[in-house]
Amino acid sequence: MKLSYRWCEDFTHVSDIDPKRFADRMTDTGSKVECFERLAEDIENVVVARITKIEKHPDSDHLLVCLVDVGEESPRQIITGAQNVFEGAVVPAAKAPASLPGGVKIKSGKLRGLPSDGMLCSIGELGLTSHDMPGADNNGILILGDEFADKVGDDIREALLLSDVVFDYEITPNRPDCLSVIGLAKEAAVSFDRPYHIPTPEVPPVGDGDSVENYVKVDIEAPDLCPRYCAKAVKNVRIAPSPLWMRMRLRALGVRPINNIVDITNYVMLEYGQPMHAFDYGCLDGAHIRVRRAADGELYRSLDINAEDTPLTSSMLVIADEHKPVALAGVMGGANSEIRDDTHTVIFESANFDGVSVRRTSRAMGIRTESSGRFEKGMDPENAMPALLRACELVRLLDAGDVVDGVIDEYPGKRPVRTVKFEPDRINAFLGVSLDRDYMKNILEKLSFRVDGDTITVPSWRGDVECMSDIAEEVIRMHGYNEVETTLPLMRIAEGGRTERQRFDEELHSLLCGMGLWEATMFSFIGPRSYDMIRLPKDDPRRTSVVISNPLGLDTSVMRTTALPSMLEVLSHNQNHKNASAAMYELATVYIPTSPDTLPDERRVLVIGSYSSGDFFDLKGIVERVFMFAGVSGYKTVTVTDEPSYHPGRCARIVREGEVLATLGAVHPEAAANFGLSGDIYAAEIDIDRVFGLRETHVEFRHLPKYPSITRDFSFSCSEELEAGSIEEVCIKAGGKLVEDAVVVDVYRGIQVGAGRKSVSIRVTLRAADRTLTTEDADKVTEKMLRALSDELGIALRDR
Amino acid sequence: MKEKLLSIKKEAEAALRSASSDLEELRVRYLGKKGELTAVTRGMGALPPEERPAIGALANEVRAFIEGEIARLKAEREAEAKAEKLRAERLDVTMPARLPAVGGRHPLSQTQRDMEDIFLGMGFTIVDGPEVELDYYNFQALNMPEGHPARDTQDTFYITDKILLRSQTSGVQIRTMEKTKPPIRIISPGRVYRSDEVDATHSPLFHQVEGLVVDRGITMGDLRGTLLAFAKGLFGENTRIRFRPHHFPYTEPSAEVDVSCFVCGGEGCRLCKNEGWIEVLGCGMVHPNVLRGCGIDPDVYSGFAFGIGIERVTMLKYHIDDMRLLYENDLRFLGQF
Repeated sequence: MKLSYRWCEDFTHVSDIDPKRFADRMTDTGSKVECFERLAEDIENVVVARITKIEKHPDSDHLLVCLVDVGEESPRQIITGAQNVFEGAVVPAAKAPASLPGGVKIKSGKLRGLPSDGMLCSIGELGLTSHDMPGADNNGILILGDEFADKVGDDIREALLLSDVVFDYEITPNRPDCLSVIGLAKEAAVSFDRPYHIPTPEVPPVGDGDSVENYVKVDIEAPDLCPRYCAKAVKNVRIAPSPLWMRMRLRALGVRPINNIVDITNYVMLEYGQPMHAFDYGCLDGAHIRVRRAADGELYRSLDINAEDTPLTSSMLVIADEHKPVALAGVMGGANSEIRDDTHTVIFESANFDGVSVRRTSRAMGIRTESSGRFEKGMDPENAMPALLRACELVRLLDAGDVVDGVIDEYPGKRPVRTVKFEPDRINAFLGVSLDRDYMKNILEKLSFRVDGDTITVPSWRGDVECMSDIAEEVIRMHGYNEVETTLPLMRIAEGGRTERQRFDEELHSLLCGMGLWEATMFSFIGPRSYDMIRLPKDDPRRTSVVISNPLGLDTSVMRTTALPSMLEVLSHNQNHKNASAAMYELATVYIPTSPDTLPDERRVLVIGSYSSGDFFDLKGIVERVFMFAGVSGYKTVTVTDEPSYHPGRCARIVREGEVLATLGAVHPEAAANFGLSGDIYAAEIDIDRVFGLRETHVEFRHLPKYPSITRDFSFSCSEELEAGSIEEVCIKAGGKLVEDAVVVDVYRGIQVGAGRKSVSIRVTLRAADRTLTTEDADKVTEKMLRALSDELGIALRDR
Repeated sequence: MKEKLLSIKKEAEAALRSASSDLEELRVRYLGKKGELTAVTRGMGALPPEERPAIGALANEVRAFIEGEIARLKAEREAEAKAEKLRAERLDVTMPARLPAVGGRHPLSQTQRDMEDIFLGMGFTIVDGPEVELDYYNFQALNMPEGHPARDTQDTFYITDKILLRSQTSGVQIRTMEKTKPPIRIISPGRVYRSDEVDATHSPLFHQVEGLVVDRGITMGDLRGTLLAFAKGLFGENTRIRFRPHHFPYTEPSAEVDVSCFVCGGEGCRLCKNEGWIEVLGCGMVHPNVLRGCGIDPDVYSGFAFGIGIERVTMLKYHIDDMRLLYENDLRFLGQF
């Protein structure tokens, strides 16, 4: 919403205030000024002038040499190329040196040898259009009417009412009353403690016996959607341009002048905030206005130039005559009742419509107008009548027609007056201030609240004020939010700090970063195609996602059930941008659907991805470090060949008591290729919620070993298929409690071992807690282990 | 005999002076059991007794001299050898370092953690909640019934009529108030969603930290004081705050909060667009309808709530001019923080 100083001046005097100060103070009192503009600021030294004499330029067939009275002692010689000038014409003249919009500078000079001491201006050169100046020639000099004859020498900015200061406000949805010049003028007046006066529109009766009832009957058939409908008739309409002052005010607020009747409706909407509509009475069938729900499929065409017939639904409210809709209530008029140049009689509508209904209709039809935008926020039905009368007052003032006596006022939705208890002590306690009761009362009364004892009567347009805290806001916004002294809450001590899980997550982040991984932040939504890209089969349960019903696009339309695609996306970005290597992670949320009516299960997974940062075993090391950090043990690494997103020969699961804790491996080359990735890509997905659940936080100290250990190395020749992990496992199991560790230290393949076979070396560390082991002890354990390996795995020591 | 001793001394001195001399060999030659000096002293018995003391003293003097010279030269040579070893081990320390591979937190996480730490220090608790949320918790319980115009200002992603992607983390506050009796002092950081197309300043997904305090006698002054403490913690001790009236359906009074520009301190610069102030927060006193809806009596308790965008603060802090950089996760970007 915009406000101009000139218009505001009708209601309160504030235009003497520096615009910056004005904007700051209004922002501080709750009407946020986004920006302000000084109109016509760039026009300088342009005046109203009269051409006294015109001669042809001796050296040009199109230039005219004019003597121009610019209000100075002697006339100036100004040369123009425009052909529409004549002697005696009143025109705008730029007196060199002068400035025009767009940074144009006018200097004295010579044209074809003759001096020219300025420039006669067209509308374009003054920054105006033919809407602002109806009838003006776009290609010629602006010829001002005779009413400017006595203004010769006056600054054009004043003569044409061009100069003004316009403030652009961001009005919050709770203050639709401020979507009006009057509303903002009142706020301005109270903000600067200036008096204000809102005149009551006057439409004296004509007394010719004619009445609006002779023209139209109004029936509100849907009173739930139309609390009030006011109408008046204007006959003998004389369509013409509006006067300059009205055009300039509309222009300043960003509305294009059209003609007097249309301009009046716009003017009143801006001034009162009340959307108005004017129907061509000649187009209303049956002298009847019905405010009703549309019939399903009923056709309507808006007065928009490109509009087509559009079917309506029964949830939409229309203004109809006996047979057809003539307007979409509160949204836009219909093409069939539009004001035309030959309109003879007009019905002015000033009504109140339900905001929710207007919004839904406006959305469904894809039409947003100044009118719908206002109704959506909830208009004050009390405002409808003054606005209607103001429109008729303007009709008389502009002589745009004859206002017919009588008024229609259907008002089924009159609201009770709201009162709120006045509790200055509570307000003070709530705000943390100590303001005087009378001081508060004074602020409230200036804001049109009536204060009688302990009762505050809320003005009809302040539907947002319902309780003590609303009153407190009214007081404190005028007193100053920044006047409230800063204090810290006096509160009982409560258990603050991070929860165990939050600490776990923080420490996990530190661990991962310490291991060289970079944290990524990825979108939680992906496209269903991502599931194809990571090669999930059609029936994979991970394809069942929470689906966004109004996504921005297909690629962001489902909530991810796996973080793998986002990770591959991120790796791909990095590889495409020539980052030599990458190792990244996200502690990602995934969303597992439950039932359509319940919220999904939101789970945290740790997804890791890398390229050119080590091999499978580096990744496995990172994953195992995470388990060590959590204190989770007793898990097994299981070979996996059928995880569709991973390489069938390079994928493992970490399993504990039948539960999968993690999947890791080389990403399937096809999946990697689907993301444009090349080379070996590694990824791991760790069920971190489960890991957290299994965590062991209790650490018990063990004595440092007192006795030396014995280390023995063994080499076995075995089939390529035999997993090294199983050799370790058998050794540890068979060796008993003397085995401190058994770990594969080397795997060798070569001619000596034979095709399809490998040699696995394992180092066993033996130690007893209570004595130094003897060779016999070690031999005994060794024998047990070798027997078990032979029995369970069918392998024997390699011949030396 | 005397001459003999003096010539040994002279000879030894010359031999020791030679740089290539083998000290051990010389020691054996002069001082060893079969050494020259030893041989002379052995022959002392043949001297007349009155000469013995003088010759003995001279012999001792010569021995002490040679021993001393050998020890001195030995120490000198050892020191030189050590120095030579150190010289040989010299490194060109200006050669490039081998950095250990470390990763790092995402800048958004860093900002979030900074914010969390400030509130944790004030005794707040961090509470998480669902991102896929019921309409009730995201809107209705926050004094935004269906059809409320304020819903328009937040274009929301819907799953069904009743389930949506939360457009603010305020639902967590409602859930907390339903479960917990005051005093309540929480922050709820997390992801929120609004259907904005991705561009330099918009993203359909971003992060917020919201906070809530409810107890008896909580005032707007407390709100101002808490946010001032927060702003100082986040932007520096000299930070000032400015409240501007605003409207949120779930708070009354409501305010937008500017902090004094942390680059120019309020003088006016490019970052603050010469305003001296930067808008960073929204806040207000919890609306009585919201408290009542959670079973908290607004006649007994009052409270305040606030919200701050993590992206916004992060972008301001590091002068990041394109929001998309935050979600691309380019290592050249992440490595800068």
